[in-house]
Amino acid sequence: MTVDVLQKELGLTYLCGESIANEKEIDGCYCGDLLSWVMSRAQAGNVWLTVMGNINSIGVAVLADISCIILTENAALDEDAKKRAEENDVVILTTSKNAYQLAAEISKVI
Amino acid sequence: MEPISLHYDVSGTDFTCAGEASGKIKKTLKELGFPASLTRNVAIAVYEGEINMVIHGGGGVIDVVITPECISMELADQGPGIPDVALAMQEGYSTAPDNVRQLGFGAGMGLPNIKKYTDEMIIDTEVGKGTTIKLKVFVK
Ligand SMILES: Nc1ncnc2c1ncn2[C@@H]1O[C@H](COP(=O)(O)OP(=O)(O)OP(=O)(O)O)[C@@H](O)[C@H]1O
Ligand SMILES: [Mg+2]
Repeated sequence: MTVDVLQKELGLTYLCGESIANEKEIDGCYCGDLLSWVMSRAQAGNVWLTVMGNINSIGVAVLADISCIILTENAALDEDAKKRAEENDVVILTTSKNAYQLAAEISKVI
Repeated sequence: MEPISLHYDVSGTDFTCAGEASGKIKKTLKELGFPASLTRNVAIAVYEGEINMVIHGGGGVIDVVITPECISMELADQGPGIPDVALAMQEGYSTAPDNVRQLGFGAGMGLPNIKKYTDEMIIDTEVGKGTTIKLKVFVK
């Protein structure tokens, strides 16, 4: 499944990268907010659920080959983070749901 | 292929630049056609070292040499050094200050990650002088 399909299935809102979401293939999901922890455990292709919307999260997503970032519980995305994401082809979505609720939904559709 | 050498300066204060060197190294490896998993391993290892240089080491330099057989990296800073390397290598050990933890750092997983994602890791450090980390990832 690609990120654009997941977005439609779960009614997620794009913060950036909508035009490239159909190129991002999903392979699993990972939840976490500590960046080095995510770098250690997340797998390439994972959807990453986090409340960390700062510029360093974008670096992690790029380096760890994350398929998209989903900011849970309406967590804020910093302006400089959004810019960096656009420059690096990172797709970011947002939801009011918490990580548990969203992960449960994701596991039903992927 | 002739060996390719890359050099980057890492700022000791600017978090927003951290990840720039690792990002560029990743892009270079990708363009040279190295496998995606090797490229990812190298990128993550350099990123963790780069971030440590910003947070703990007061900035420094990164040198990378790429050959068809091996990616060699050297990350050097003139920061405070690491008093107890075995302790620093333990998962969960961190001296990161609160303002840095708020950004998502400080899990104490950076050095263990470097170990995990490389084939060779040598830490050369002296308190008051600085830290140099030498890494190798072999192309299998
Ligand atoms: N270049 C360095 N100079 C001085 N001390 C360092 C350096 N790199 C690491 N350390 C010390 O080793 C500890 C462990 O480093 P490690 O990268 O594993 O964790 P962290 O940076 O604290 O947190 P994380 O990497 O998970 O965000 C650091 O908290 C710090 O005390
Ligand atoms: Mg670290």
